[in-house]
Amino acid sequence: MTDIIIKPDKQVPPAEVPEMELFHSHSWWTTYVFSQDAKVIAIQYAATAISIGVLALILSWIIRIQLAFPGAVSFIDAQVYYQSVTMHGMIMVVYMLTAILLGGFGNYLIPLMVGARDMVFPFVNMLSYWIYLLATLVLASSYLVPGGPTGAGWTLYPPQSILTGTPGYDCGIIMMLVSLILFIVGFTMGGLNYVVTVLQARARGMTLMRMPLTVWGIFTAAVLALLAFPGLFVACVMLLLDRLLGTSFFMPSIVEFGEHKNYNGGSPILFQHLFWFFGHPEVYIVALPAFGVVSDIISVHARKNIFGYRMMVWAIVAIGVLSLVVWGHHMYVSGMDPTFGFFFAITTLAIAVPTALKVYNWVLTLWRADIHFTTPMLFALGFLVTFLNGGITGLYLGNVIVDVPLSATLFVVAHFHMVMGIAPVLVIFGAIYHWYPKITGRMMNETLGKLHFWITFVGAYAIFFPMHYLGLLGMPRRFYEMGQTAFVPDSAHSLNIFITVMALVVGFAQFIFFYNLFHSLKHGKPSGGNPWRAASLEWQTPETPPGHGNWGETLPVVYRWPYAYSVPGADQDYLPQNMPPIIGEHII
Amino acid sequence: MSIMGVFFLFIYSVMGLYLWQQGILRSDWLKEGEIAYAPSSSNFPSLTPQKVGLLVFLSTAGCVFSLLIAAYFMRQGSPDWQLPEMPSILWFNYFLLVVSSCSIQAAYYSALKSRDTQLKSWLLVTGASSLLFLIGQMAAAYELQRLGVYTYGNPAASFFYLFTTLHACHLIGGLVALFRTIRKSYQQALGKLIAPSVELCAIYWHFLLFIWTLLFLLLLGKGDALGVICRRVLA
Repeated sequence: MTDIIIKPDKQVPPAEVPEMELFHSHSWWTTYVFSQDAKVIAIQYAATAISIGVLALILSWIIRIQLAFPGAVSFIDAQVYYQSVTMHGMIMVVYMLTAILLGGFGNYLIPLMVGARDMVFPFVNMLSYWIYLLATLVLASSYLVPGGPTGAGWTLYPPQSILTGTPGYDCGIIMMLVSLILFIVGFTMGGLNYVVTVLQARARGMTLMRMPLTVWGIFTAAVLALLAFPGLFVACVMLLLDRLLGTSFFMPSIVEFGEHKNYNGGSPILFQHLFWFFGHPEVYIVALPAFGVVSDIISVHARKNIFGYRMMVWAIVAIGVLSLVVWGHHMYVSGMDPTFGFFFAITTLAIAVPTALKVYNWVLTLWRADIHFTTPMLFALGFLVTFLNGGITGLYLGNVIVDVPLSATLFVVAHFHMVMGIAPVLVIFGAIYHWYPKITGRMMNETLGKLHFWITFVGAYAIFFPMHYLGLLGMPRRFYEMGQTAFVPDSAHSLNIFITVMALVVGFAQFIFFYNLFHSLKHGKPSGGNPWRAASLEWQTPETPPGHGNWGETLPVVYRWPYAYSVPGADQDYLPQNMPPIIGEHII
Repeated sequence: MSIMGVFFLFIYSVMGLYLWQQGILRSDWLKEGEIAYAPSSSNFPSLTPQKVGLLVFLSTAGCVFSLLIAAYFMRQGSPDWQLPEMPSILWFNYFLLVVSSCSIQAAYYSALKSRDTQLKSWLLVTGASSLLFLIGQMAAAYELQRLGVYTYGNPAASFFYLFTTLHACHLIGGLVALFRTIRKSYQQALGKLIAPSVELCAIYWHFLLFIWTLLFLLLLGKGDALGVICRRVLA
């Protein structure tokens, strides 16, 4: 039940949103390649992110095959294994998840959802994509240089990351650092756009507290990214200088192969602080957009307004603020002052409060709702369960005393894959199934979609659930080969084989999705403008797919929040945000 | 780390104030009907998208520099730390940066009053003094190299090169914007029209002056006072 107050006597205020000057392209190149239209840039971002993501998926198979069948495939030696682990991690976290959620969904949805014609700085937005593409290409081309890509682990901890024993010492590590610096520069340009568009280009009537939660999620994540990526930037620049110019920011005095290196007195812990200052907010840069998208999907497909909208917004903001002060929990075993450990454990556990609040609100939205088990909804529900699972193991790991024995075991791997691997990926799939009709004007195949969901969802659990047990047994992560270890029983090895088989199955199952994605482009059922009967603004565009400038002649005016579903007394079960309120027979 | 604390306290307060002004505490979603709202004309009439964009960028750049300063403090404790004698040309450079910051402010005032000739000359003074500043910074680096203070070896010297280079990169970015503004000022007769661009440049120049002041203090070995101030603010 919504509590809507209609005030027909209220005067329509004179506030007008100024029209934006749009860049109108006249050639194929500036329309589809060097486009300044946020929707085209969004698709370019998503396509690049998914492509590089597929590479990272294949790399994960290499890791899994080595773990289950050590030595069975001849080309997987220790060097290839460590390179795969490093590249898989870095690509998935930064180049895939961050890029697709902010660059892809952010670009497509922000202008449409807040009622803008485009991003406020379209040229900078275009530049952002091309720098991102350059960063991706630099990273991928590190496979072509002598020595291959770096094998330092995605955390790139010095001193080991720039010592000669590490794979990719010659060029790989340099290309990785340069690529990251480029990514951050490109991302800052995009992030500026997302933040300023939300703050400055909203349609008339679209107040902050009438924005869809998707926009809130992406907005807060963009703010977070603008404050957190500088940590990685500084770390990368200083590490690059250590490697290239021989400075000693991070490198301590060290002897390698009997030779005293020229480094002296640097602090590897300093790198860890800078890296995790970025690294932890990164989890929420990925999770917050996912939270927002899930809220919208659940509300639309359960035909019910989101429960506790204000709490949801504040929880997003609170998570954003808190996530900048918890990075130390990645460093419990680094030998830092126990007082700091105590502080970071408290903040880490505190962040569970707003997060749990969100989970309760999703569940309460579903409570006695008219749930439609469409593919996007299945993915959203899958996210809910998976995120809860991953979140709860996070509570264990947030405690110093539990973390110390579990640190560097597969338990940690299972935890973060659940919470920031599988969970956001399920949301990305759900979001693609949900907004595909708006982007292309056609529906994706529901049967294939459901098949894709069940294999991915059940398969992901088959992969990561047993991994928790392996971690509890003490099986270490990052090890190329276990060798003879007394504490790991033979059954653990069988479990590893099972996990690998499931990883291959789930990986191959993604081709169902790709087939569906491309096949539906031409052969999907025409969707019309609003197939899900959704209330938020992006579904109310005059054209589907939305044309250049999104809104035709006049910008929309917003009269209500985006969750007006099943409103008592209304004629239809949803009220679009831009439909003028009806009192009796009259439209005011 | 206390510098990061102060930085975030500041950013959070600005953001909190802004969101509060924008109505994050109102319950708009419960009301149906039109609500008076237009971002550009509501609570902060002078905040154009460009200015908000610049302020957001400055908070990111501010984050980069405060992290660098935090790193400087953390690294400072090691026994190999030796603050080199700073070349005296840095004082002259500092003076140049102050001049450029004042002249861009003067340019902004002349733009507001549509005094085109004055505007152009102040903009040129800013450009020239900033370029001279960059040259002076390079001269300082050469001077240090001549004295045997290299990028490697002494971490305090490494920080000198890192600070000056990153600050110079930001200034070069600003100069690109400044030269576009100068070009515009020669194309358009009425200075008032380009006042917003000049204002953006002015904000950026003041920011860079502020950052360089902090970095210069650190390089002169007066950093501890800064740390004490930050800790006191937090306490």
